[in-house]
Amino acid sequence: MSIWEYANPKRFMQTSGVLLPWVGWAAAICLVVGLGWGFFLTPEDYKQGSTVKIIYVHVPAALMAINAWFMMLVTSLIWIVRRHHVSALAAKAAAPVGATFTLVALITGAVWGQPMWGTWWAWDPRLTSFLILFLFYLGYIALWEAIENPDTAADLTSILCLVGSVFAVLSRYAVLFWNQGLHQGASLSMDRQEHVADVFYQPLLISIAGFVLLFVALVLLRTRTEIRRRRMTALLARERLA
Amino acid sequence: MSLMSLKKRRRVQIIAIAAVALVLSSAIIGYALRDGINYFRSPTQVVEAPPAPSETFRIGGLVEEGSLVRDQGETVKFRVTDGNEAVTVQYTGVLPDLFGEGQGVVALGRYANGVFEATEILAKHDENYMPKEVVDALKEQGIYVDPNGQANGS
Repeated sequence: MSIWEYANPKRFMQTSGVLLPWVGWAAAICLVVGLGWGFFLTPEDYKQGSTVKIIYVHVPAALMAINAWFMMLVTSLIWIVRRHHVSALAAKAAAPVGATFTLVALITGAVWGQPMWGTWWAWDPRLTSFLILFLFYLGYIALWEAIENPDTAADLTSILCLVGSVFAVLSRYAVLFWNQGLHQGASLSMDRQEHVADVFYQPLLISIAGFVLLFVALVLLRTRTEIRRRRMTALLARERLA
Repeated sequence: MSLMSLKKRRRVQIIAIAAVALVLSSAIIGYALRDGINYFRSPTQVVEAPPAPSETFRIGGLVEEGSLVRDQGETVKFRVTDGNEAVTVQYTGVLPDLFGEGQGVVALGRYANGVFEATEILAKHDENYMPKEVVDALKEQGIYVDPNGQANGS
């Protein structure tokens, strides 16, 4: 059995229908446990006091804002190469979710920056590229709405997605390219975790898992909606012809 | 090879070329604009090429240990260092929570007569998070080492 079988809309609807409640509940449990643990059961940071608790929303939201764009990039490229409609619709469905995560990360970042750095906003390379990523999300959503023909819209938004990836990469790695910025470097990495003490690290991992699952659940749900909407359009068109 | 797979291969090639072009152009733009994209200048850069007294810019580094002097009112004086050079900064106003000796700082202002007159001070924090109790306990035992590298035992 090949993975491309899920590109068949009927097959996708069946499988996603079974998966969706499981993913949804897992997301809810992880978010409640991770955020509840993080907000109420963790000690204060040695420098930042209780303000550090914003980390449980800010870091997962920013992480998923960038990952959502990469997911859209992958599905867009699959659309361009293999012309699977479900893939294009999944990219379309993910955009508003990613845009919301980006907005959440921007707002929590501003709320965190005000007491710690002394400013809501700074034109630091990382912050700036993240803001541009947010604008790319808005442009991407607008472009889908602006074009009548669904295939043309999928083609053009895929190219916009490819261009926007520059800013998704920059907002994650800007700290490495330009080391004289205001935002600190990455606290989380695959190989070492000593930057974040274990008491903060464990709830953070759970809330990251919660945000990932929430993203998957919302994208599945919204892709199903898009597939149904397209079926309805086709049915209506057939009826008008009859 | 069928016609379809040829078309498909052509699309993959176009995507690959587009991706390479995007990476190259953003790398070139990023390199050319690095002074504008960098948020602040280091004390070494300021000492080596002092900007005109009329130019407003940001300087960033660590507040040198033992250099912080609080004058009358809200005026403070301290030295910003990058381990190589240090520049004296003078500032009047409210300081952010994280400001302190050994902490990262970014100041906006002008450099004239060897003194940086700041109009805005931002604190820069590092990527380390630790519970207060743990740090206090480590400090009591005298084995606390600041993650930035300098020993900070009490």
